[in-house]
Amino acid sequence: MKPAAFTYHRASSVRGAVGLLTELAEEDPKLLAGGQSLVAMMNYRMARPGHLVDLTHVPGLAGIRRDGAALRLGALTTHHAVERADLGPDFAVLSRAMRWVGHLPIRTRGTVGGSVAHGDATAEWCLLAVLLDAVVVTEGPGGRREVAARGFFLGPFTTALEPDEVIVEVVFGRPAPRAALTEYADRRGDFAVVAAAADLDTGDVVLGGVGAVPVLVPGAGTPDEIADALELRDEPGVPAEYRRGLVRTLVARAREEAGRG
Amino acid sequence: MAEPGLRTDGTWVGASVPRREDPRLLTGRGRFVDDITLPRMLHAAFVRSTEAHARVLSVDLSQVREVPGVVAAFDAADLALGDITALLDRPTEEFTPTSMPVLARDKVRYAGEPLAVVLATDPYAAEDGVEAALVELDPLDPVVTEAAALAAAGPPVHDEAPGNVLVDVSLFATEGIDDVFDTAHTVVGVEARTGRQNALPLETRGVVAEWDDRAGQLVVRTCTQVPHQVRTVLARCAGLDEGRVRVVVPDMGGGFGQKCVVGREEIAAAAAATRLRRPVKWIEDRREALTASFLAREQHYTARAAFTAEGEILALESDVVCDMGAYSCYPFTAGIEPLMASAEMPGVYRVPAYRVRGRAVTTNKAPTAPYRGVSRPQYVMVMERLMERAARELGLDPLDVRRRNLITEFPYRGVNAITYDPGSYRESLDLCEQVLREEGWLGRTLDDGRVLGVGYSCFSERTGYGSGAFAARKMQVVPGFDLSQITMDLDGTVTVTTGTLSHGQSHETTFAQIVADRLGLPYDKVTIVQGDTDRITYGWGSFASRSVTVGGSAAAAAALKLGDQLRALAAHLGEVDLDSTALDGRGGVRAGDRTFTYPELADVAYLRAHLLPKDVGPGLTATASFDVGGDGTFSNATHGCVVALDPGTGGVEILRYVCVEDCGVAIHPRVVEGQARGGIAQGIAGALFEQVVYDEAGQPLAPSFMEYKVPTAAEIPDVRIEHLETPCAFTADGAKGAGEGGTIGAPAAVLNAVNDALRHTGVELDSTPVARSTIFQALREVPA
Repeated sequence: MKPAAFTYHRASSVRGAVGLLTELAEEDPKLLAGGQSLVAMMNYRMARPGHLVDLTHVPGLAGIRRDGAALRLGALTTHHAVERADLGPDFAVLSRAMRWVGHLPIRTRGTVGGSVAHGDATAEWCLLAVLLDAVVVTEGPGGRREVAARGFFLGPFTTALEPDEVIVEVVFGRPAPRAALTEYADRRGDFAVVAAAADLDTGDVVLGGVGAVPVLVPGAGTPDEIADALELRDEPGVPAEYRRGLVRTLVARAREEAGRG
Repeated sequence: MAEPGLRTDGTWVGASVPRREDPRLLTGRGRFVDDITLPRMLHAAFVRSTEAHARVLSVDLSQVREVPGVVAAFDAADLALGDITALLDRPTEEFTPTSMPVLARDKVRYAGEPLAVVLATDPYAAEDGVEAALVELDPLDPVVTEAAALAAAGPPVHDEAPGNVLVDVSLFATEGIDDVFDTAHTVVGVEARTGRQNALPLETRGVVAEWDDRAGQLVVRTCTQVPHQVRTVLARCAGLDEGRVRVVVPDMGGGFGQKCVVGREEIAAAAAATRLRRPVKWIEDRREALTASFLAREQHYTARAAFTAEGEILALESDVVCDMGAYSCYPFTAGIEPLMASAEMPGVYRVPAYRVRGRAVTTNKAPTAPYRGVSRPQYVMVMERLMERAARELGLDPLDVRRRNLITEFPYRGVNAITYDPGSYRESLDLCEQVLREEGWLGRTLDDGRVLGVGYSCFSERTGYGSGAFAARKMQVVPGFDLSQITMDLDGTVTVTTGTLSHGQSHETTFAQIVADRLGLPYDKVTIVQGDTDRITYGWGSFASRSVTVGGSAAAAAALKLGDQLRALAAHLGEVDLDSTALDGRGGVRAGDRTFTYPELADVAYLRAHLLPKDVGPGLTATASFDVGGDGTFSNATHGCVVALDPGTGGVEILRYVCVEDCGVAIHPRVVEGQARGGIAQGIAGALFEQVVYDEAGQPLAPSFMEYKVPTAAEIPDVRIEHLETPCAFTADGAKGAGEGGTIGAPAAVLNAVNDALRHTGVELDSTPVARSTIFQALREVPA
């Protein structure tokens, strides 16, 4: 459980990080934005980047900023910072959802941008970004671009982020005073067996744990309708019908929590 | 808590004094294996099998040796070490001997089995070296399950055991038992499976080995529960005299049985150190610990019991198959689990007729070792399910069924030919129920939609097995006694050796308490020496809850012997009869109307030997041994568990846990409570969370803590502990073992609580870990 050799670079600006990604493109560079998934994978040698470009010392990448109706989260904002922030009723859903992210030590290091870039289909930030129709702001050699979260997650741990791009911020454009996220796992802090997020204002539901990416179910179906429409397979320890039952329960519970505001 | 210096009544035993280990451990100044760094030290990593079952065609390490930082690499042929073989004194129809090579040679028998060792200047380079190894394997059909092992359709795991059965014993078979089953009012059955688990000490296995040319010794620092047994295997495998091997155990972060067997990696690391004349360190990483270490607990019971209409048990029959994985462990053999289950299953109940078959099968999975409780968590769970099922079948209160059958008169000679010394079986059940009633849990419903259940388990735990009890298992290596040597220094302080050793149990505190009371010394004037084969004549280490019962009794006996020497010396100096002397309980000896302090007596023994009596040699030292005669001593407890089941998710939350335990006289009640709490957490882990899962190819599916679900503080409830005290008649201070009970009782209590909550559904669960999907489905079909 010692990683294979890699070269460490400490980026001092986003532009510098992009430059390194471009320059080292042939040598499998990887961004380090908290390391709560990547470093564990490197220790198991499941990930073996040739270069690690550390973003955590780039000034200005962390921070929570209200911008009119929108909330802008710098990519290096930790889960814990969001959990502790007073985001007001408009975005309290984000703070409340953070209790589901790993354990406290993970939340103090893991970051919003890191989680979105990693693209785990049960990750809370991925679900929230899809549910609330957030925009992922990236910067690459050609400058900045904005990608809708709803088009960002393409497959298992696969996103629309280009290899030479850095996530700069995630922008939640619209207040969501009546939204919530809830999960089930046998053990606190685990990746969810099923996660469900609901926004009563749009009627949308996003599910984690039922596909390779967060699954958006637009419109206001009942929990039964949502659950019954899913194509699920039996998996070790989790029969399909059990997972379907969890969807039913968790959609109802997410909506109930969302209704409490 | 009383400060050490403030205790003046001379009784240290029974007081929860500050732990002497705590200052260094709590401030990060403990010294564990991985804290040891020696000059020129190399780091070892192992090339491991990627297949569960395969012939080894070739192991090519030539490219490994080219990797920067790699100093050497050895396979089995390079090291040419003897195999590790553990034997039982049983006929071939009951026991099939097999051997475990230090490094696999012709064949690999589990994914993760070590094939070669790589030595490098740092652990990173060592792992790089491992990746450069070229291993050609010719896969064989793997034997992954107990059923596949018994079917024996493909190539066997060991050629010596074509049917994949290593141990097969049929015991007791009370005459007329078939008639009892045929004519009984009610017969209930339970088929139960328990998941494979990892004992999972926080500190993984590890070793720092070096050849010391000046001492002419192989010095091996390793975290083991059994240093002398490790020495024997090290010497045997390498062809060295025992005295040319020294095993030293530093601080340890747990063992739980996983470290009371001899592993192969430490032997290979030591051989490499000897060969290279450079120190070698190997620290097992967590992936190795989870996939290639020693596992436990995967058992399959088919049991039935006959009852009268009033709920009195008439007969018990059980067939237990234990999946011991690829190898028999040293020194206990693959018989450890089936023999324990077979011998002890009737437990705390008056079972008049008993028949059992116990088998150990070998499979292509990582091998097994004893794990805290050894089979008792499993058979207690099965017994407690039988009691519950009988009660349900007969329409009786399950606690009344237990009360009707609990042993209440002692000593009790069981159908399993074991004599139980006195315990508080009935009293602990009564108190446990009373506590839960007073706390308001009985008959309670929850207003949040969850379903509440209350479950119990009653059990006893044989502790302090003596040589006789182990000999009855027919092990060729028979643990049991312990030896202790005590020496008083010039200043009147004492140093005591013990053949047991702490891997977290606080021996430096509890043994000091025991000795301090015997000699009237403050407990911080007693130094305990443990875990060093050069400083301790011989020891069996710490397992089977034997430390205080056996080791503590030996230390007490040595202290008493020293006390006699001090009295004899005082009698001589005071010119009085021996009968006119007594230890004064304050660090001195009264002799007639004079008092000699220990330093005064030590002064004569060491510095003025010319004043000694003619027949007394210089120095103040004594050695004593202790063995438990008969069948040992039984701790007991009743556990009560309250769970809430979530009908929406099948989720289980433990709301309350009550443990009423009786380990005789507790030397240090807070240490006992720590043992109970930690044990209960491990028992809950087995009941609800942890399982080592393999796929059909025998590949381990839980190589990290993401998959192997160790419960966290969030899952483990507050535990209320109540003490009862039925002293043991033959150990020092009346203590019984306290190391394993928590783990033994918890799975049954948790499972019964889940079943209680599911009572209205008619669904009963008998296997662990409990499947949340089954709970979910049961509550969906029949809502509360």
